[in-house]
Amino acid sequence: MAAPSRTQVLALYRMLLRESKKFPAYNYRTYALRRVRDAFRENRNVEDPKVLEQLLSKACDNLAVIQRQAAIGKMYEIQRTVVESKPNKFI
Amino acid sequence: MLPYQVNYYGNPHSRTHAYGWESESAMERARKQVADLIGADPREIVFTSGATESNNMSIKGVARFYKAKKKHIITTQTEHKCVLDSCRVLEAEGFKVTYLPVKKNGLIDLQQLEETIRSDTSLVSVMTVNNEIGVKQPIKEIGQICRSKNVFFHTDAAQAVGKIPINVSTLKVDLMSISGHKIYGPKGVGALYVRRRPRVRIEPLQSGGGQERGLRSGTVPTPLAVGLGIACEIAQQEMEYDHARVSMLADRLVQKIMSEIPDVVMNGDPEQRYPGCLNLSFAYVEGESLLMALKDVALSSGSACTSASLEPSYVLRAIGTDEDLAHSSIRFGIGRFTTEEEVDYTAEKCIQQVHRLREMSPLWEMVQEGIDLKSIKWTQH
Repeated sequence: MAAPSRTQVLALYRMLLRESKKFPAYNYRTYALRRVRDAFRENRNVEDPKVLEQLLSKACDNLAVIQRQAAIGKMYEIQRTVVESKPNKFI
Repeated sequence: MLPYQVNYYGNPHSRTHAYGWESESAMERARKQVADLIGADPREIVFTSGATESNNMSIKGVARFYKAKKKHIITTQTEHKCVLDSCRVLEAEGFKVTYLPVKKNGLIDLQQLEETIRSDTSLVSVMTVNNEIGVKQPIKEIGQICRSKNVFFHTDAAQAVGKIPINVSTLKVDLMSISGHKIYGPKGVGALYVRRRPRVRIEPLQSGGGQERGLRSGTVPTPLAVGLGIACEIAQQEMEYDHARVSMLADRLVQKIMSEIPDVVMNGDPEQRYPGCLNLSFAYVEGESLLMALKDVALSSGSACTSASLEPSYVLRAIGTDEDLAHSSIRFGIGRFTTEEEVDYTAEKCIQQVHRLREMSPLWEMVQEGIDLKSIKWTQH
């Protein structure tokens, strides 16, 4: 398999963020967004195609986890936290 | 976890059909994940219902197995209730237990430990990270002392595993308790590490079908074990990231609170600690009132974990905290999912409420007037 292209990586990044926003629980949502951003930032300078491929496959696995967990989260009602009821700058 | 509650429902101990084998291999994978996190062999891991059971198993198990020759156990005053209560039970059975005091910073005195070990001491049990004040005991040094004196060493590492690097070989630990929900795994599951070389023998608490090498009979809950295994794997991958973040948030909280409120004391050693567990005493404020005022933070955002009890904590009393300060202490828990906003909200609310409560407090007024509270005789006879 050829090394993943820049477009592929960015598409995956956007998809991860979009899916992370679907967590109903405040703490999991903010964590998922933060962790995805930090992971991509940490690896922004990776050039090695082998490493890139590994990272990408890990990201795909995690995308599946996020989708599944967000879906499970949505099955049950949730109470909003005090922090959320304030006007929120981050989400 | 979920697949093992739905599609793969086989009993992991059924050896005669594929249905059971699927569950068994999942359970064994989980065992390896737990073992890898602490540098152990998978055969040394026993699944239990949690750290409480693991602690009971090790303390009662070791003491009872070696009771013919050895009748003495050493632990500390700041251990978790389940360790202390297990020791009380053993005392009733005729064992001698030494409850080592801790220094002002919450750590034990190694020399005192060494002097306390007798020829008939079978076990030393010291927790790695304290659940109330977050101090980290010198486990490696204790392990060394115990090994040289031929005494088994058990540590309750429920608060430490997955948060700080732990390796049972370098620490020379013989038994170690692990909890599932403290590392973001499921509740109702835990593990016990039991060393094979040199072998530690324990008398099982539960009798039955001989699962888990006869040490813990009863069917292993596959979904929970799988959850614990994955939690261990993630904890291993994320340890550095999580630790950096928890330290940052803890600093932020302490910095904000300490810069705005005078007379705040941090309980426990400031250096040897896990940053995710903070215990602060707010002088001249009644802890219960502060807890009441902060209730919405603790309950609805889950960012501030406060332990409420009318009695001052025995851990704080053991480190020699004054009664009034022990009454005014609050424990803050910071974890993987805590956000900056939650920390800021908690800090702000804390500052505001402490100011409000101190305004109403006659004690605070007297201190402002320069009266030494210790010089006052409160009772008239």
